[in-house]
Amino acid sequence: MSIEATSPTPAAGGPAGLDAQALRLDELAEADRIAAWLREALASRLHRRGLVVAISGGIDSSVCAALAVRALGPARVYGLLMPERDSSGASTERGSLLARHLGIAHEIVDIAPALDALGCYRQRDEAIRRVFPGYGEGWRNKIVIAGGLAGGINHFRLVVSEPDGTLHEQRLPLREYLQIVAATNFKQRVRKTMDYFHADRLNYAVVGTPNRLEYDQGFFVKVGDGAADIKPIAHLYKTQVYAMARALGLPQAICDAVPTTDTYTLPQGQDEFYFALPHAQMDLALWALNHGVPAAALATALGCDERMAERIYADIEAKRRVAAYLHAPAETLLGPSAC
Amino acid sequence: MNQSIKADLRRFLEENFLMGSRGPALEDSSSFLEHHVLDSTGFLELIAHLEETYGIKVADDEMLPENLDSLDALAAYLGRKQA
Repeated sequence: MSIEATSPTPAAGGPAGLDAQALRLDELAEADRIAAWLREALASRLHRRGLVVAISGGIDSSVCAALAVRALGPARVYGLLMPERDSSGASTERGSLLARHLGIAHEIVDIAPALDALGCYRQRDEAIRRVFPGYGEGWRNKIVIAGGLAGGINHFRLVVSEPDGTLHEQRLPLREYLQIVAATNFKQRVRKTMDYFHADRLNYAVVGTPNRLEYDQGFFVKVGDGAADIKPIAHLYKTQVYAMARALGLPQAICDAVPTTDTYTLPQGQDEFYFALPHAQMDLALWALNHGVPAAALATALGCDERMAERIYADIEAKRRVAAYLHAPAETLLGPSAC
Repeated sequence: MNQSIKADLRRFLEENFLMGSRGPALEDSSSFLEHHVLDSTGFLELIAHLEETYGIKVADDEMLPENLDSLDALAAYLGRKQA
């Protein structure tokens, strides 16, 4: 099912007719529509009796859990909080707060021992030490995106912090970049394994929690957080997800949560990891591209020059090409008549 | 020299990215990005190849389409780096 934002064309208001009003939504009507769709999908196509939601403490999974409860009631929703060694304690606190607020059964599963046994931390740290040989106990790390909006080629940079806070940064070579990403992807994949254990145990379906930015731009791990039976907010821009959270009356700490990856040990916003722009601007740019708005009009709305707006559009298109692999099912030689 | 570099790089691209699949021939001026030959990870592979094969170091501020996004651009870039 494809669901479009309520304003199919740019709303009047900004100098070029493009501003945040374009993302306006009747949140409660949309919540009811999503809830009806969840019930119908479970009954008619998925044939499961409830929903499992992995709750990160962030805005997306919180809204998904609230929508699941709106659709089915709290008794048919199971929440999982799965912190690991690098998670922020605040994330687990917000996740617990949400589960109590919604009145759903939930549990906290520390996945650090599983990740340790799989070699997640060791493999990551080995790759980091090849770039920064001094990296060790007490150091922290993150990777940040660079290139695209400066007119260059997108690439990732490794940032590490010594125990005394001294920062170092260097471009990641191919082998180290791939190994760090592969190792950290264990986190999302182990969480998904746990989601499906509980879904199988309860005969429930698994909720995927990407918003539209993440779904469109490939900000998820294949067979990790990208795997799910149903994705209730994949059509909603991040701005709309925040508005939905407020309309649904979620706790203030969740409505105010800043998007982070909660994956690396240094504080890391989603924008510096992947999107290159804060989510409100990314939402507007993605909406504008989807609606054929010229780069000049986007530039006016964002307060940048037209060349930058063109780079933003090019960056979105480049990430869509990467996302195509993440979305794709396995290739086979089966023809359309096979089913 | 220029033609020899282009031939070497074309062979590298064909062996590592095109893998013998049939498609339109890559012109010397064709953009790797526009023709979906390379994505951002592909460029990292290309840079590793350039650094290992030609003994250069690609600086951060040289990671630009103008330097890396076609056989013509690569040959000119390598020419400047090796000058």
